[in-house]
Amino acid sequence: MENTVIKDQRKSIFKIILGRREIALVVFIAILIVVISLRSPYFFNLNNFRDILLDSSILMIIAIGQMMVMITRGIDLSVASTLAFSGMAVGLIVSHNWGIHPILAILMGMGVGLVLGSFTGFLVSKAKIPPIIATIATMTIYRGATYMISGGAWVDASEMPDSFKHISRGTILGIPNLIFTVIVVSLIFYYFLGHIRTGREIYAFGSNPDAARFVGIGVEKINFIVYMLSGVLCGLAGVLWVSRYASAQSNSASGFELLTVAACVIGGVSMFGGSGSVPGVLLGSLMLGIVTNALNLIRVSPFWKLAIQGLIILIAVVADTIISRRFAKVLPKGGS
Amino acid sequence: MNNNPNNIPGIGERRPFSLRFFFMRWEWILVVLVIIVIIINSNISPYFFKVTNLFDMTFNFMELGIVVLIMTFVIIIGQIDLSVGSNMALSSVVMGISYQTGLNIWIAMLLGLATGTLGGFFNGIIITRVKIHSIMVTLATYSLFRGIAYVLLEDRVVTGFPPKFLYIGQGYIGNSPVPVELVIFVVLAILFGLILHKSTFGRYMYAIGNNELASRYSGVPVDRITVTIYTGSGFMSALAGVLFTSRISVTRPNIAESFLFEVITIVLLGGVSIYGGEGSIIGVVLSLFLIGMTRRGLTLVNTPSETMSVVIGCILIIAILIPKVLRRIIRE
Repeated sequence: MENTVIKDQRKSIFKIILGRREIALVVFIAILIVVISLRSPYFFNLNNFRDILLDSSILMIIAIGQMMVMITRGIDLSVASTLAFSGMAVGLIVSHNWGIHPILAILMGMGVGLVLGSFTGFLVSKAKIPPIIATIATMTIYRGATYMISGGAWVDASEMPDSFKHISRGTILGIPNLIFTVIVVSLIFYYFLGHIRTGREIYAFGSNPDAARFVGIGVEKINFIVYMLSGVLCGLAGVLWVSRYASAQSNSASGFELLTVAACVIGGVSMFGGSGSVPGVLLGSLMLGIVTNALNLIRVSPFWKLAIQGLIILIAVVADTIISRRFAKVLPKGGS
Repeated sequence: MNNNPNNIPGIGERRPFSLRFFFMRWEWILVVLVIIVIIINSNISPYFFKVTNLFDMTFNFMELGIVVLIMTFVIIIGQIDLSVGSNMALSSVVMGISYQTGLNIWIAMLLGLATGTLGGFFNGIIITRVKIHSIMVTLATYSLFRGIAYVLLEDRVVTGFPPKFLYIGQGYIGNSPVPVELVIFVVLAILFGLILHKSTFGRYMYAIGNNELASRYSGVPVDRITVTIYTGSGFMSALAGVLFTSRISVTRPNIAESFLFEVITIVLLGGVSIYGGEGSIIGVVLSLFLIGMTRRGLTLVNTPSETMSVVIGCILIIAILIPKVLRRIIRE
């Protein structure tokens, strides 16, 4: 008897460390920081950490939207195109009306994102097109539409008022605006997913769509809302992107959708829906940010970026599956 | 509803031939659409409906067609392969680099084909052994394969291939107006049609697509078939990559970037169900010509390629919506 009790306790510690993805990630990030600091003397200082946070903040915002979609067993490949379109739309408007208040510009971006996200949401929830196909279609349509509204031209720094460029450069209470935005967005969605009824319904729907339907959850509504919210976050990110890089281009952020998926997978969002947390996704994005930063510092050729990105996703997915399967064996059987 | 079992043909049993069902097939709608596009295109340009133009037009979508054939198989068994375009680029780059280092062009070509096949095999093994959903695996290799192509060739290009190699992608059979690429495609299409519709392997594919678990319990070698199809997908992508390189006589890591999207559009428009277990090679071939000719028509009226991608994106959505709407109307 005593033996089994001790064994059970040991299992539970094991479970806490490996089971809480966030703790495992923090440990992993700490190891990563030590290793990189040994390789490059420029890595370990406050300014560089601030740069890493700034560079990964836009990814964090979109990854939160991607996470909600993935919790419902979907995937949103249109995020980068939505970002580009909203950024371009707002960039064009601002370049013609210099007087627009920055807050209004942000709201306009979110509005554009809302419309695009709702269209994707409509295709998935009402028209019942599988998410992967619906979002591949909208990915192409939105990207094409970005070229169409801009005529292929850029909106560059000289065409934007300083107030607009200031959106991503200013500070609030000493915190850079970008990081401040991430904090606000994370808190809102942490509360939304953890304590608001609709947020909990997203998890319920993701873990078991049929059961969710039987207990009376508006399945179509949930499916629609996640894509809409993802669109809104992409719209916000689009404005921040254009402001940060001081240029709106038709091909902005192409390939970014893969990074958001990677951030989610690393952050512990299951591909089979039903699990994922805001802190996990933030840490996942941070890890990608650190890796990118380190590759630059160690002077790895930029041509390696895409391959390394693919490798990271592959390793994360494979490791994730193998670890969770080990768990299923260790833990007593319950559910599937 | 479907309570009456007498209406549903059992396994191994064919639906009795009836004119109504014969003409209600999706393929007929495609035939009508193809005719409409031909009429519109002929009105736009008097040169469209000429034998030489009709044959030359096929140059633009034969590589697409080769990948479409195998993607049909992949989607019928209920999976997807997002890595095809990247695999094309990787195979083409490997071939280009091998040729540049002084290897014989045909050996370089074989190396390219082997690379793609290996890539497809890798996808298949990870999907079946580690049991990860194909969307995730091929999304990772989508970026990995093209990434390796960039690592190998960076921003350079390989060109200066010998004329005998360029002949496969640009040449005609003898003095006739028939392109070599078209012949390759037709042979492959017939082969794929036979495999899908006339072989045990083909029946197994439909079975897996309809109910994977039941097929597994009935002794269908699901994993072996899945790996075979993904390996085939790698080979066909590599073949398309080689032909593409031969046609444009240059290779670089960013070729075929919008390929994936067009391939999926054509396959779904061809009546293959995205949920697996349904589809025919004839439908897919018709759909290939439909999209190919629509693009040709849009080019004739000077449509920029970005607008074209918006149009094809809308076609993709409509292609999935029409059967759903039709089914609902028929049920009512």
